[in-house]
Amino acid sequence: MDLSFTEVQTMLIDSIDKFIANDYGFEQRQRYAASDSGFSQDVWATFAELGWTAVPFAEDDGGFDGGPVELMVMMQRFGRGLLVEPFLANVVLAGGILRRLANGEQKAGWLRPMIAGELQAALAVTEPQSRYELADIRTAAVAEGDQWVITGTKGVVFNGGNAGLLIIPARTSGEPGDRQGVTVFAIDGTADGVTRTRYPTVDGHQAAEIRLDSVRVGADAILGEVGHGYDALEAAASDATLAVCAEAVGIMQAMTEKTIEYTKSRVQFGVPISSFQALQHRMVDMLTACEQSYSLLLWACMANADGTDDAGRAISAIKYQVGTAGKKVGQEAVQLHGGMGVTWDLDIAHYFKRLTAIGQIFGNADWHLDKLATN
Amino acid sequence: MNVTFTDEELAFRDEARTFFREEMPEGIADKQRLGVPLDRQDFVNFQKALYRKGWAGYNWPVEYGGTGWSTVQRYIFGAEMAKANAPGIITFGLGMVGPIIYTFGTDEQKQRFLPDILESNVWWCQGYSEPGSGSDLASLKTRAELAGDHYVVNGTKTWTTLAQWADWIFCLVRTSTDVARRQEGISFLLIDMKTPGVTVTPIITIEGNHEVNEVHFENVKVPVENLVGEEGKGWTYGKVLLQHERTGTARVAATNYRLNKLRRQAAQPVRGAEPLLHDRSFMRKLAAVEVELKALEFTELRTLAAVASGKAPGPESSILKLKGTELQQAVDELFLEAAGYYALPYVPAQYTLDFPLEDRVGENNETLSSLTYFNFRKASIYGGSNEIQKNIIAKHVLGL
Repeated sequence: MDLSFTEVQTMLIDSIDKFIANDYGFEQRQRYAASDSGFSQDVWATFAELGWTAVPFAEDDGGFDGGPVELMVMMQRFGRGLLVEPFLANVVLAGGILRRLANGEQKAGWLRPMIAGELQAALAVTEPQSRYELADIRTAAVAEGDQWVITGTKGVVFNGGNAGLLIIPARTSGEPGDRQGVTVFAIDGTADGVTRTRYPTVDGHQAAEIRLDSVRVGADAILGEVGHGYDALEAAASDATLAVCAEAVGIMQAMTEKTIEYTKSRVQFGVPISSFQALQHRMVDMLTACEQSYSLLLWACMANADGTDDAGRAISAIKYQVGTAGKKVGQEAVQLHGGMGVTWDLDIAHYFKRLTAIGQIFGNADWHLDKLATN
Repeated sequence: MNVTFTDEELAFRDEARTFFREEMPEGIADKQRLGVPLDRQDFVNFQKALYRKGWAGYNWPVEYGGTGWSTVQRYIFGAEMAKANAPGIITFGLGMVGPIIYTFGTDEQKQRFLPDILESNVWWCQGYSEPGSGSDLASLKTRAELAGDHYVVNGTKTWTTLAQWADWIFCLVRTSTDVARRQEGISFLLIDMKTPGVTVTPIITIEGNHEVNEVHFENVKVPVENLVGEEGKGWTYGKVLLQHERTGTARVAATNYRLNKLRRQAAQPVRGAEPLLHDRSFMRKLAAVEVELKALEFTELRTLAAVASGKAPGPESSILKLKGTELQQAVDELFLEAAGYYALPYVPAQYTLDFPLEDRVGENNETLSSLTYFNFRKASIYGGSNEIQKNIIAKHVLGL
C-alpha cells in the first residue's frame, strides 16, 4: 500500500505549483481569459517547453508515457490555479483521439505539432441535440469517389474557434445512437464548408458552434478505421471526464481554503465570523466533501490505470461525486463570502463558475447516478 | 501509487479469512444469519477463540501478549471480521482499558488485570457519561474522596453499555474540584462491580432492547491500588484512549457488508413482487450511498497509508467517524425502505433459534430493519456526537 507520489510525479507537481505561484496570478488569468483567443499563447508555449503537453503520450510519439495519476495531479493543480489554457481540448480530448487512432504520418502531421504547442486542436464531442449521449451522432459523412463529404453541426466544441485541427466524429453508417458506424475525421479548421461561431463560455474558457456544409476530405483525413471510431471517442471522453473531475477537486480545495481564510479575517458584530458555530460546521462539511472527493478520485485513477472491471463505474462514481459535492462546496463558498462572493472581481466567483461548468459537461451528476443505478 | 497489499499481507488476509470461516464458535454464524441476538456467552466464546489463535490482543504490543500487528494488519483483520459477519470484539476490555493499563498502570496492575482481559475472563464496561454530562464530558460529577487506603465513590454513570454483563467498570471520577481547568482533577479508577453500593438499572432503548444502563455508586469503597496513573490525570489517559479508538471507527467494512447484502436482496423478488432492482428511485439512492462508501473506504486507506509510511494521518482521518456513522445510518434507512409494510411488525420473539422459520412474519429478517434503524440513530450521538466531532475538526483541523 503506497499512496505517495513517484519522484517524477513530485517533480511535475512542484513545477506546476511553482509556475502558478510565480507566473499565474488571478489578474493575469482574467487578462488571458479576456483576450481574443481566451488564453495566453506565451503560457501555452511554456506548457510545451516544460513538457506538460507531452505527458500522456507514448515515448515513441514524443511523450512521457503518463497515465491517469499524472493526468490527475496536473488537472488538480490547473484547477487550483484556475488556468484557462486549452489543455483539456488539446491534450486530453484531441490528443486522446490522435494517440489512439492516428497512423505514423498523421501523428507526425498533427500530434507532434500539437505537443510542441504549434497546432491548436479540438475534438467535437457533442452535437446540439446529443446532450450526454456520445453516440447520438447525426453529422454524416458520405463517400464520393476517393473523397468523403461531411455535413452536420457540432455544438459547444471546446477550443473550437482556435483550432487549426478539428477532429470530427461522423456517421458513415447506422443510426444516431449506434456505436457502430462512427468514423473520426481530421479536418482543417479553415476548410471550405466549415463555419465556426466562436464564443466565450461562462467559466472564462472558449467554445464554438461548428457547421459542416459538404466539407470534402480525402481518405488521409480518416483517423483509424471507417465505422470503428466510437471506442476511441468514448475513451477520450472518459479520460476527459476524469480530468475535469481532478480539476474540480483542485477547485473545491482552493475554494474551501479561501473560505476558511476569509471567515477568519472578516469581522462582524465585533468578532471574526469564523467564530460562529453555524459557519464552522458548514466549513467542516466543505472539508469533508473535499476529502471524500479526493479519496474517490484516487480510486477512479487507480481503477483506470489498472484497467480493472470497475473502471467505467469509477468514472461515473467520481463524476457524480464531484457534481454533488462540487455544487455544495461552490455554493457554500459563495454564501460564506457574503456579497463579495457574487462579485466579478473576486476569484471565488470564477472558481464557482468553472465548477458549475464542469458539473454540466460529460454527463451531469444525475446522468451518472442513473448509470450507476441501472448497471 | 497503489492500494495493493504485500504478499505477506495477502497471506495474512487469507489466514484471517480461513480463521473466521472455520473457527467461529458453534451457533454464532446461525444466529447472525437468522437475526437472533447474541448473548454474553457468544461474545465470550468468540473472543476466547481469538485468544486461542493468539489474536485477542489485536491492538496490543507483543510484550503484553498482543499481536504487535502493523496498522495494515489491524485493518485487514477488522475487514475480514466484518466480511465474515463475525460478532465483533467488545471493545471495553481489549480495546480500551487494556491499553490504558499497559500504558499507564503499575506492574502490579498489569499482572493483575491484563491476562484476564486478554483471555476474556473478565467483562469490562465503561463509566464515562453521566446523567448531567453528555457531550460535555469534563462536567462529570461522580466524586471519589480519599479516605485512608481507599476512595469513597458517589455518583451515577449512564449509557453504560452491557453493564448488566460486566464484572468490572473503568470510570472517570472527580477527585478534586479545586482546579484551574475542569479537565484537571479527574482520575481513572477501576471498580469491581460486585463492590457493595454498586447498582445497575436498565435503560430500555427506542427499539425495546436492554443494551445500556445506569450504574449508581453509593459510598462505594475502592482500594487506592485501583487508581490508574496519577490522581487528577485521568482526562489525559482518556484522550490517549481516543487514539487507540481511531482505527476502524468508520466501520466501512461492516457497512459494506450490509450494503452488498442489500444489493443481493434487491435482485430477488419478494413475495412474488418485482425485485427492488426495478425501482429506479430506490436504486439511485443505493448507488449514491455506494459512491460515498467507496470514497470513505479510500479515505480510510489514505489514513492507513500515511500511518504505514510513518507519517501522521492528515485531515482525512478526522472525518472517518463523522462520515462513517452517516453512511451506516444511510444503509439502515435503505433496509427500512426496502422492507415497506414489513418494517412494521414488532415481533422480537420470533428471533430465536427454535422459532420455526415458516412461522416468522416477513422475509430476510426484514422486520428487524426498523429496529436496527431506530437503534442506530445512536451512532451519530455516542462517542462524542457528530456535532462535537465537527467542533473538534473546526478547532483542530481548520484552526477556527
